Amino acid sequence: MAAIKVHGSPLSTATRRVLACLYEKEIDFQFVPINMATGEHKSDNFLALNPFGQVPAFEDGDLTLFESRASANYVAHEFADKGTQLLISGSNKEVAVLELWKEVEAHQFNTPSSKVVWELFFKPFLGMATDAAVVEENETQLGKVLDVYETRLTQSKYLASDNFTLADLYHLPNIQYLLATPAKKLFESRPHVDAWVKEITARPAWSKVLAMMNQ
Amino acid sequence: MTIKLYGVAMSTCTAKVLACLHEYGAEFELVPVNLQNGEHKQPAFLAKNPFGQIPALEDGDLTLFESRAISTYVAEKFKGSSCDLLRSQNPKEAAVVKTWMEVESQQFSPAISPIFYQSIIVPILYGGSPNQAIIDESAAKLGKVLDVYDKKLSSSKYLAGDFYSLADLHHLTYIYYLMKTPYGKLINERPRVKAWWEDISSRPAFKKVAPGLTLGDKN
Repeated sequence: MAAIKVHGSPLSTATRRVLACLYEKEIDFQFVPINMATGEHKSDNFLALNPFGQVPAFEDGDLTLFESRASANYVAHEFADKGTQLLISGSNKEVAVLELWKEVEAHQFNTPSSKVVWELFFKPFLGMATDAAVVEENETQLGKVLDVYETRLTQSKYLASDNFTLADLYHLPNIQYLLATPAKKLFESRPHVDAWVKEITARPAWSKVLAMMNQ
Repeated sequence: MTIKLYGVAMSTCTAKVLACLHEYGAEFELVPVNLQNGEHKQPAFLAKNPFGQIPALEDGDLTLFESRAISTYVAEKFKGSSCDLLRSQNPKEAAVVKTWMEVESQQFSPAISPIFYQSIIVPILYGGSPNQAIIDESAAKLGKVLDVYDKKLSSSKYLAGDFYSLADLHHLTYIYYLMKTPYGKLINERPRVKAWWEDISSRPAFKKVAPGLTLGDKN
């Protein structure tokens, strides 16, 4: 039995964020499906793993974590010498640039992109009506963020450096859902962003995450 | 060469970094940014932070933005002193600190920020009326988050363990402002959260920062 367990749902963006990291690092893990439809994520058993009642929860032996970015960050550090190098090594200044772009994903990209994903992907999927005003407001906001990315990606092949890192990986789950909606136009109109999106979504580890839908 | 922090003392995000700098006894210069004149949206500042928000930090040839990335950099740079806010020497402790830093980012901040914005920013900076519906919705969310905190703080003195860390520090400035509003009751009516707040806000480093958090004060 693998020491590492991920409790989550294959559709959940946050679950996918952790899975992407584990596949990039080529680490064995056990996936424990959580049935969100029956409210299993609010059960006492699950709340003991994540008191906020959200997927995923993460275990490595006696260590229990939650929050996908903290879990992925732990994996990237603990298994630094395995699989893809997802961190920047070097001086504190060089490492700080990775932290910066991880924060940009969390505080600039995540909110507007999540709102668009919810409105344009999940709501139709669940038979709910899309709120066009919310879409417009958040696409506009997301466009401004992507304008900054467009400039950044003329200076650097990936967000934090010339190599793929956690900062890029954290974006994959929302980007994948956006690509399945008309909002993909926000990428297509920005050539460097478009190239970056195509590059990172084509990574074999990410394909393995998506293939979990078929299990 | 000294660290330069561009921002203003009354800003929650700038003050978050100030608290961290003071914990480490770091030398720095606070360079004011004239928000009223829109300095943060001018090319010179956008060259430091393309998102046009304070704070930004310069340390020699390094320019950073995002307050939590800045505080993390400060904690790493001054690692090895008696101050240890990231627990970097212990990977499991460090992972738990990161977890509760993410909780502040992803659970706490989105719930408290609209209360701060509606109660303090809207009336003071825009002369408008607070949107009570937004406040009520956010207060309900914040209450649920703080319920989790109250339970966690029954098994550890601070959020990530029995040690003060950046996970606690990142809460200081928003809670300080919350306590100036009627919604401070959300803290006060949860005994362990209240005790934790009284502890962390009495730290000498924060006592240097608090006098600058003047939004909402009557002149």
